[in-house]
Amino acid sequence: MLNAVWIGLIAVAVVVGAATGRLDAVTKAAFDSARGAVELAIGLVGVMALWLGVMRIAEEAGLARALARLLRPAARRLFPDVPADHPALAAILLNVSASWLGLGNAATPLGLKAMEELQKLNPAKDTASNAMVTFLALNTSSITLVPATIIAVRVTLGSANPTEIVAPTILASACATVVAVTAAKLLERLPAFRAAGSGAHEDDPPDEGRP
Amino acid sequence: MTFPALANALSTALVPLLLLVIPIAGILRRVRVYDAFVGGAKEGFNVAVRIIPYLVAMLVAIGMFRASGAMTLLARAIEPATRLVGMPAEALPAALLRPLSGSGTLALVSDLMKTHGPDSFVGRLASTLYGSTETTFYVLAVYFGAVGIRRTRHAVAAGLLGDLAGVAAALLFCRLLF
Repeated sequence: MLNAVWIGLIAVAVVVGAATGRLDAVTKAAFDSARGAVELAIGLVGVMALWLGVMRIAEEAGLARALARLLRPAARRLFPDVPADHPALAAILLNVSASWLGLGNAATPLGLKAMEELQKLNPAKDTASNAMVTFLALNTSSITLVPATIIAVRVTLGSANPTEIVAPTILASACATVVAVTAAKLLERLPAFRAAGSGAHEDDPPDEGRP
Repeated sequence: MTFPALANALSTALVPLLLLVIPIAGILRRVRVYDAFVGGAKEGFNVAVRIIPYLVAMLVAIGMFRASGAMTLLARAIEPATRLVGMPAEALPAALLRPLSGSGTLALVSDLMKTHGPDSFVGRLASTLYGSTETTFYVLAVYFGAVGIRRTRHAVAAGLLGDLAGVAAALLFCRLLF
C-alpha cells in the first residue's frame, strides 16, 4: 500500500503542479526534501548511538527481560506472537513511554530497536508481521500527555491559557490509539491482509486481494 | 492545571534518570558497562544510514505534494462534507496534512493561531489536532525501512483509521470542552 500512496502523491503533485503553473516549486521541493531527508537521518546518528548503547547495557544486565516479564498481561493480548520475556517487549515499552512523554529523540531509536527485535521473530523477512503492525498502530497514533511544542507556540502567541488544550489532546490521541490498535487487530485477520506465505510476487502491494 | 506540570517534570527527569539507573543496574549485575555501551552504540550509525533511502523516498513525495498546492484543492473538494460535521474549513488543511508532515502541520497550525488567535475555536482545535496523532507516513517509512519490510499489509490502513479517529475525536472534544 505504501507503493500506491507514494506514486499517488508524486503523480498528483506533478499533474496539479503543471495545471497551476507551480512545477518549479515542485521541482525545488523534491531536491530540498531529498537533502532534508539525509540531514535528518545523519542528525539521528548521535541519539541513535546513545540509546542503542544504553539499551545494550539494559539487555546485558537482564533489565530488558525483567521489564518484558512485567508487561506480560498486556503484551499477551496485543502481541500474542511475541514470547513473554522477549527483549522486543522491553523496547516497545520504552518506545511507547518515550513518545507518550513527548521525548521524540529517544522514541525513534528505541522504536527502531523494537522493530529489529520483532524482525528476529518474523518468519517472512520482507513482510510485516502482526506484531509489527500492532506496534506501529500504537506508534503512529501515539498518545500525547504533554504537547510541549504546541504549548510553546501558544505561549508565544499570547494565549490566555496555553495548556487548556492538554485535556482534549490526551482524549483525542487516546481515541486515535484505541481505533488504530483495534483496526490493526481486526484487519490482520482479513484474507486481503493475510500474513506471509505466498511470497512469489513480493513487489506487489499486499492489499490487492489475491485469491 | 497540575497534570501538565507533573507530566512535564516527569519527562524532564526521565532521560537523566534512565541514563543513571540503567548503567548502575548494569554494574550491579557485573556488566562491563562501558564496553556494552560502545558495542550497542556502534549499531547507531548503521541504522541511521539504512533508513536514508526510505526517508528520501517518502519525504520527496510529500514535499512535492505540498509544493504543488494539491492540499488546498483537496481541502476545497471535501470541505462541503466536513462542514456538515462542524469542522471549520480553516482547520481542514491542517487535519489533512497531519499524517504526512509534522513540521508542515506545525507551520499551518501556528499560522492559524496567528490569524484567528490561539484562544479562538479554530486555534484550540488546530492545537488539539496537532497533538492528536503522529506523522503516520514518516513512521511507517522509517520503521519498515530500517528492517527491510516491503509488504506492509494492513499498516497503512490501521494508521490512517487512527488518524481519522484522532481528527474526529479532536473535533468532538473541542466542541464539548470549549
